[in-house]
Amino acid sequence: MPYIPHTKEDVKEMLAAIGVSRLQDLFDEIPESLRIHSLEGIPEGLGEMETARLMEDKAKQDARGLCFIGAGAYEHHIPAAVWKVATRGEFMTAYTPYQAEASQGTLQVLYEYQTMMATLMGMDVSNASLYDGASALGEAALMAVRANRHSKSKKLLVAGTLHPHYVQTLQSIVETQNISLEMIPFDKKTGCIQKEVLAPYEKEDITALVISQPNFFGVLEEVDVLTNWAHEQNALVIGVVNPVAMALLKEPGQWGTKGADIACGEGQPLGIPLSSGGPYFGFITCKEALVRQMPGRIIGRTVDLEGKEGFSLTLQAREQHIRRSKATSNICTNQGLAVTAATIHMALLGFEGLKKVAKACYANTHALAKLLTAIPGVSLCFTGPYFHEVTLNLSRPVKDVLKGLLKEGIQGGFPLCEEGSPLENALLVCATETKTEEDLKQFAKALEGLMKGV
Amino acid sequence: MSVIFEISRAHRQAALQAPKEKEISLEIPLELQRTTTPTLPEVSELQAVRHYTRLSQKNFSIDTNFYPLGSCTMKYNPQGVHALAMLPEFLRRHPLAPLEESQGFLSCAYELQTMLASLCGMAAVSLTPMAGAQGEFAGVAMIRAYHQDRKDTARTEILCPDAAHGTNPASAVMCGYTVKELPTGADGNIDLAVLKSMVGPQTAGIMLTNPSTLGVFDEHIQEVARIMHEAGGLLYYDGANFNAILGKVKPGDMGFDVIHLNLHKTFATPHGGGGPGSGPVGVSERLKPYLPIPMVMKDKTGYRWMTKKDCPKSIGRLSAFAGNAGILLRAYIYCRLLGKEGLHRAAEFATLNANYLMAKMKEAGFKCAYPKRRASHEFIITFSEEAKQLNVKALDFAKGLLDYGIHAPTTYFPLLIPECWLIEPTETESKEELDEFISVMKQLKEEAKTNPEQLRTAPHTLPVRRLDDVKAAKELDLVWKKRRILNDIHRE
Repeated sequence: MPYIPHTKEDVKEMLAAIGVSRLQDLFDEIPESLRIHSLEGIPEGLGEMETARLMEDKAKQDARGLCFIGAGAYEHHIPAAVWKVATRGEFMTAYTPYQAEASQGTLQVLYEYQTMMATLMGMDVSNASLYDGASALGEAALMAVRANRHSKSKKLLVAGTLHPHYVQTLQSIVETQNISLEMIPFDKKTGCIQKEVLAPYEKEDITALVISQPNFFGVLEEVDVLTNWAHEQNALVIGVVNPVAMALLKEPGQWGTKGADIACGEGQPLGIPLSSGGPYFGFITCKEALVRQMPGRIIGRTVDLEGKEGFSLTLQAREQHIRRSKATSNICTNQGLAVTAATIHMALLGFEGLKKVAKACYANTHALAKLLTAIPGVSLCFTGPYFHEVTLNLSRPVKDVLKGLLKEGIQGGFPLCEEGSPLENALLVCATETKTEEDLKQFAKALEGLMKGV
Repeated sequence: MSVIFEISRAHRQAALQAPKEKEISLEIPLELQRTTTPTLPEVSELQAVRHYTRLSQKNFSIDTNFYPLGSCTMKYNPQGVHALAMLPEFLRRHPLAPLEESQGFLSCAYELQTMLASLCGMAAVSLTPMAGAQGEFAGVAMIRAYHQDRKDTARTEILCPDAAHGTNPASAVMCGYTVKELPTGADGNIDLAVLKSMVGPQTAGIMLTNPSTLGVFDEHIQEVARIMHEAGGLLYYDGANFNAILGKVKPGDMGFDVIHLNLHKTFATPHGGGGPGSGPVGVSERLKPYLPIPMVMKDKTGYRWMTKKDCPKSIGRLSAFAGNAGILLRAYIYCRLLGKEGLHRAAEFATLNANYLMAKMKEAGFKCAYPKRRASHEFIITFSEEAKQLNVKALDFAKGLLDYGIHAPTTYFPLLIPECWLIEPTETESKEELDEFISVMKQLKEEAKTNPEQLRTAPHTLPVRRLDDVKAAKELDLVWKKRRILNDIHRE
């Protein structure tokens, strides 16, 4: 039987030991009226070979051509060693490290991860990960509400330049707890938040300000100005950042005079394949003063009874399995395996490698923008500085252009013309380090042809 | 063993792993640029590979050890499933890729939605929750949305049995509810009289696991459903124990309105050292409008995403994209490999293994919490006598077991059974493995009498001995710092 080792003889002996005659008897406490005897609607089982053919055929329908889409998930080169080591059975098929002595591998990896992530963000502490970037922001918002003793409003100001999916996720998570979100409109010229639009909120009780760096449009926000403004209002600052960008950009811990209070975001750019949106991992880091408000697993270094160094889950009194209804969050599982991969990824690249990746992304996207905006009918949407994503205005309907590009084997970017977008005909384009000069030229040539077709 | 930062040396690099240095002029304002250096390792590829390979070897895992962790369903994670979910096209697909380049993945997601709905007896399924706890959040949020939609706003309470997973009350609170704890009857079932006295117009719903975390199936479940529905509340099914009833009974038939599944349990996707999980939610017809987005639908043109436009009453989005897609693929492949016969069989053999182990444990003189009940896929033993008479606790037995290369069962859960273990062998373990477990347990029982100190100080053979958790929480060391050791010496 697939994955079940029992022989007929085993079954017989085991049933005898239990004192029943048939397997069915083991279910005799389930009322007969509820019991089902076969599974309608489920196909017959396949062998591994047939399943392989099925899945290969399905896979072939996907992900052909060059991908210039970013919008929260980024294609990067992942060193071969990363997943080779991360998917070793000892990492992949272990569970949450409740038995510390039998889980030192996972625990030490997570401790190393916490160190790398906290210092990359310029913060004091990191947890061992959350689900993804958007839900990490949801947890950061709840954390800010618990932590900000100066504020009673449970009101968050959210930069209108935040990824719309993050805004929607944030809404779903905080809505049930009477936390209100107020969206700050962005400047249509620069593509970022200007301090002036914050003026109306100066007399209000604000719990926290959410800033995205780079923002959804790829543009860089004036993080120092925004952070200082928020702190003057006694509001906490939550930075939502791209970890690869942090190799070049000022990290949240250094924003303004006091630094952001919480930094979170999507860990995917650190060695996690695009894989249809998950599993990725959300990271969350904060100032030491807030550590007891942090959700999720946290690993600490300690000693064993012989004084030897070791690692264990710590501050568990915050968590659901101890505190139940009084826990800081309901989170239980994190994204351990993805974090293991990210840790190995960061170890292989180091800071120098990460800087090279960031620079190559920056260079490619700027080179692409130059090529594309030389085409009549294509222009930069915003004047603000950008990192590895850029918003373009097209004189033709974006959807038609994207369909045309797709025929030439190019996934040309993410259209910003739907779902309540304030932009009419904009395209968000990203060229990471994975794109060659030839790729960029191919994109430009295809787009030029399509724009001529007006 | 050193942390990676201690083997790091300035300017050492795994050079080929990064792109070539590009000479670029950064047109980023200086005040937005980074000036500090984070603590990232500078090691060679071999150093990194060796370091993390060695670390992996310090773990117990299903691939290397029997891992009967109750309520966690540590069954074998088939290699074929993993290999097929890692096909390069699946890994390369961008979550926002155009539909033309997504039909393969979307077809898997759509079929998985359909299969899971059928297995649960539910009207529809959304795959987007990224773990069981997020599925619980989604489920309770749907219950809340349902009552609000009907302007039934007086419902402020959720009932949870005292044996429930900690995530249940925590999820209910995250959705703005007050939690009322429901005591368990002596037989392990819900006390119907107490239930009746607790429900009313203030009751939004109840969160249940059946079979419960006590390892028994509540045979009065239909009566529980009737009482709850008559009071106007809804029933939430925590699918953590779904492996016990897969293909045997459907939660929808029991009267549940909403369920989450833990794909990393019942559907054999790897636990990954604490995730990624995946917690799809299924609902009955009346909760269908509230399912979290996105979901996959099929029309004339093929498969496509359903968004807020299609589902205006949805509780919304729970992740940036569509949940843990790679885990969903694994669950899909697992279902296709096992098919209807295989899925039907999983619960049978999980239950056989649990009942066999329970019978053998009883025979060896261990005390079961519910000896007269049939075990589901898991069961509880209590060491309260050993703790009282010999001062050897459940924790000591757990640590002793580690020395024999077996991962400890879940300890001290559920909270209402003192000094307990929750044991779940799963269907993929052989009789020999179970017999070995029994024989080790007999030895430990003997050791508790003859050499209790050995158990109280166990483990002895692992990379570390028992860890000082108090120190870990009091003197927080969560981030490695170069000078930490020097500072400590100064302080002392």
